[in-house]
Amino acid sequence: MASTKLSIDDVSMKFATPAGVFHALDHIDLAVLRGSFVSLIGPSGCGKSTIFNIVAGLQEPSAGRVLIDGVDATGTIGRVGYMLQKDLLLPWRTLTDNIILGMEIQGVKRAEARARALPLLRRYGLAGFEDAYPRALSGGMRQRAALLRTLLFDTDVVLLDEPFGALDAQTRLRMQEWLLQLWEDFGKTVVFVTHDVEEAIFLSDEVHVMGARPGRIIATIAVALPRPRLRACTATPDFMALKERCLDLLHSQAPPDIEDAA
Amino acid sequence: MTIPQTSADVVATSPSAVIAGLDPAIHPPEPKNGLAMDARVKPGHDELEFATPAIKPPRRLPVQKDWPTSAIVAAQIGILIAIIAAWEIGAATGFIDKFFWSHPSAIYHTLTIFFTTGDAFTDIAFTFRSTILGFLIGTFAGSALGLSFWWSKNYAAIVQPYIICFESLPKLALAPLIVLVFGIGIASKIAIATALTLVVSTLTTFAGVKAVDPDGEKLFYSLGASRLQVFRKLVIPSCLPWIISVLRVNIGLALTGAIVGEFIASQHGLGRAIIYAGQTYDIALVWVAVSVLSALAVVMYVTVSWIERMLHRGIKA
Repeated sequence: MASTKLSIDDVSMKFATPAGVFHALDHIDLAVLRGSFVSLIGPSGCGKSTIFNIVAGLQEPSAGRVLIDGVDATGTIGRVGYMLQKDLLLPWRTLTDNIILGMEIQGVKRAEARARALPLLRRYGLAGFEDAYPRALSGGMRQRAALLRTLLFDTDVVLLDEPFGALDAQTRLRMQEWLLQLWEDFGKTVVFVTHDVEEAIFLSDEVHVMGARPGRIIATIAVALPRPRLRACTATPDFMALKERCLDLLHSQAPPDIEDAA
Repeated sequence: MTIPQTSADVVATSPSAVIAGLDPAIHPPEPKNGLAMDARVKPGHDELEFATPAIKPPRRLPVQKDWPTSAIVAAQIGILIAIIAAWEIGAATGFIDKFFWSHPSAIYHTLTIFFTTGDAFTDIAFTFRSTILGFLIGTFAGSALGLSFWWSKNYAAIVQPYIICFESLPKLALAPLIVLVFGIGIASKIAIATALTLVVSTLTTFAGVKAVDPDGEKLFYSLGASRLQVFRKLVIPSCLPWIISVLRVNIGLALTGAIVGEFIASQHGLGRAIIYAGQTYDIALVWVAVSVLSALAVVMYVTVSWIERMLHRGIKA
């Protein structure tokens, strides 16, 4: 049994609003095993992104701790790779120089960082675009570059916040398979946020279903489907059953009222 | 002429009747553009069909014929020659007062004197130098000041009202004071040119700072960046297009500042030449100095535009 890589220990997040205290997160407990792939799914406003911000050290939780390898990492930045939905490639940098951003910030010399990045660029479908500027690339390629940037940033834990949310369905499916290949090659611990139940199950070892108001984890579903997974597995009865369960859990929550949008 | 088949056709094809809202049986619409409106209405139909069937006169997309460039240039030169000729003839016939307006041949004569025995090159160099120095100092200092606001929100909040005040202040009104403080040499001209350009650069750069994508900062910090790294690798490059976008405005402002400084008190410069000529009723020299000044302005503007394009290209590709 692998050890726990990342644990979120009784984390709560409250915001003072004019209408009173808003509980964004309510006693979140989460343990992610080393090298595993877990997903968080839930309705909008359930605090998925807040969890990521807290794990990445960009927000201080009101209560609780974040442990990486058993060491308190609450409120410290640069411990995990974090990819937002937007690719956030810098338009004035070439693809290669965008990908090495993390290494560069960590103090790796540019030439050395480039040397490390180039083989990966070529291996993961960006050959021929090493010196291209982001605006010349398609949405899928930009997203690949953003993902490579996150993976090349030398951390064991990677947070992916709806990385494929803005892509079209075809590209999205290809990106999922590509991500699984990358995950197997790099051996990182991945926490993935998505709205898409099918995507969550297809990719993950474990799916955490969240509820909103207050944001909390209402169920954890283990996905025991064999790996490596092929697209065909999404049509198997096991997969369908898991999907059904997730959807039931999501729908079982209080019907969202209009205020939820805020 | 077609007869509309459906009520929808009727409505669509007879806007005038519909708009007027008149019963065409009582108020038959008048034919337009020689196309007679079809006034037949089937009796016993509902209100939708009261409108007169008619044909809208066909309207084509207006197309402008492009003249060849040579024709355009010829027209431009022709207009210039016509103006000069009219001016010269008007002055010769007494229709235009030579004393107040001078005339082209006298201006040309003065121009040759200005460039051969006069101070043309000294004056051009003086104005050029004060403009360029004021432009550079104002642009760089202004951009630096604008960028500095990124470092502290509190500092930005404290300083901002002063910047706005300085922005709304007509800086040229301070020119006499600046000349008193900095003397009648080149320093006062540079100071006025700087004062004009500094604020524009500051405010534009600050707008750029405020437009830096917060998610971009989030990305940098998640990668463990220091504030200096965010500043150097994100804030400055994001603001560069903003900084560059004011270069063209600033070169014009710097020239204005330098000229006003020369108007107030100076020993050299095209501005001084204009004031001196005006005070001695040497109208031809006024025109000469103004023309040379315009030429200088055009040269600087074109150069800065070119630099701007190069810089933009450098940033984007």
